[in-house]
Amino acid sequence: MIAIVDYGLGNLGSIQNMLRVIGAKVIVTSDADDICRAEKLILPGVGAFDAGAERLGAAGLADVVRRQALDCRKPILGICLGMQLLGRGSEEGGLPGLGLIPFECRRFRLGDAGLKVPHMGWDVVTCERPDDPLVKGLSADQRYYFVHSYHAVCDSEENVLMTCDYGYGFAAAVVSGSVYGVQFHPEKSHNFGMALLKNFVERC
Amino acid sequence: MYNRPRIIPVLLIDDRDLVKTVRFGERTYLGDPVNAVKIFNRKYVDELAVLDIAATKERREPDCEILRDIASEAFMPLSYGGGLSSIGQIRDILATGYEKAVLNSALVEDPDLVREAAETFGSQSIVASIDAKKGVDGYECFIHDGAASTGVDPLELAVKAESLGVGEIILNSIDNDGMMEGYDLELVRMVSDAVSIPVVALGGAGGVGDLKKALRDGHAHAAAAGSMFVYYGRLKAVLIQFPAEAELLAEGIY
Repeated sequence: MIAIVDYGLGNLGSIQNMLRVIGAKVIVTSDADDICRAEKLILPGVGAFDAGAERLGAAGLADVVRRQALDCRKPILGICLGMQLLGRGSEEGGLPGLGLIPFECRRFRLGDAGLKVPHMGWDVVTCERPDDPLVKGLSADQRYYFVHSYHAVCDSEENVLMTCDYGYGFAAAVVSGSVYGVQFHPEKSHNFGMALLKNFVERC
Repeated sequence: MYNRPRIIPVLLIDDRDLVKTVRFGERTYLGDPVNAVKIFNRKYVDELAVLDIAATKERREPDCEILRDIASEAFMPLSYGGGLSSIGQIRDILATGYEKAVLNSALVEDPDLVREAAETFGSQSIVASIDAKKGVDGYECFIHDGAASTGVDPLELAVKAESLGVGEIILNSIDNDGMMEGYDLELVRMVSDAVSIPVVALGGAGGVGDLKKALRDGHAHAAAAGSMFVYYGRLKAVLIQFPAEAELLAEGIY
């Protein structure tokens, strides 16, 4: 069973349905017991960093998720804002993140590159750790749908799983042990997103 | 940055029904929009637009329930237009799983809403849709699903939309809608050349060759279509379809 952690931000229907198509058993929940019983967690989310951190904290879910990662070594996949919340914090807000992966989020600094913030649209990525179970066997032409103004800056490159280029290279996916975060939306990236989620379900 | 031209199926809905029009008039019922979205998932479509063509005319609010059902089944980015007349409604649409909100009548009737929406949610999330019709004295824009004339030239409205802060324009030809005989390339080129934001051509595509012409000859940034993705053959049998990647590559679109 995979638990999609529902802390009240955005429509979780497409993540749920994509996991169902893959053949995973899935529950959308904000209940601590459900989360503790699940084998794997997905932390979704769209919107502002503090809004997400506050809701996750207010529902008591921040501690639950952190315990599941640290004590139970449960595979966790953060998506978009859910990924950003796995780090220490973000320039976008003042609240702390879950601190599960050593990175901070920074706004795109694009100068005069003629690029707009947010970075929105399909983009190609490079796997920096191609043997990692989350990305193993993904096709070379993989691309994903991004919508974000902030991106992760990792303390160490060993936590950078995928990179993408938008004005400059940035971490499109991060990893620490069994905790993963992807900045893009696999649930909006049809067959490419489905292949990545299938890896999370079957290999991580 | 990945920059392959976008080919965008446009799903017209009338509340809970998937429909297709000809020249904004004669309307054919096609089935269930949620089912259509599931089929487009399997075709690996990169983007979908959902437009409720009756909402504004009937003074109806967006039907969040059906829109939620559609978004929950969509494994690709979405835009929604139809009946959006407040910041709160646009916020709801974006929270329901649509990346972009499409505004049409508001461009003429409530430009302040368009400006405020672009400022609040960012230009990338706000799309202007312009419905143009050719008359004896040139082109004119219509609103309320083509029912109300405005006396405004599409070029003028496109420039205005850009200045209000929208991130892209869907440009539809009322004359060519549903005819499947090609885009109004003169209109597409005129508007595409006049603004610096992306223009999505819509109205008239009957085949992959038309998509290419909109991009190459019309200078459009992306090509959208309704009929060619929902009809098959000369007798227009209802069949949800999308050209294979190989066909789009062979045609030089990708």
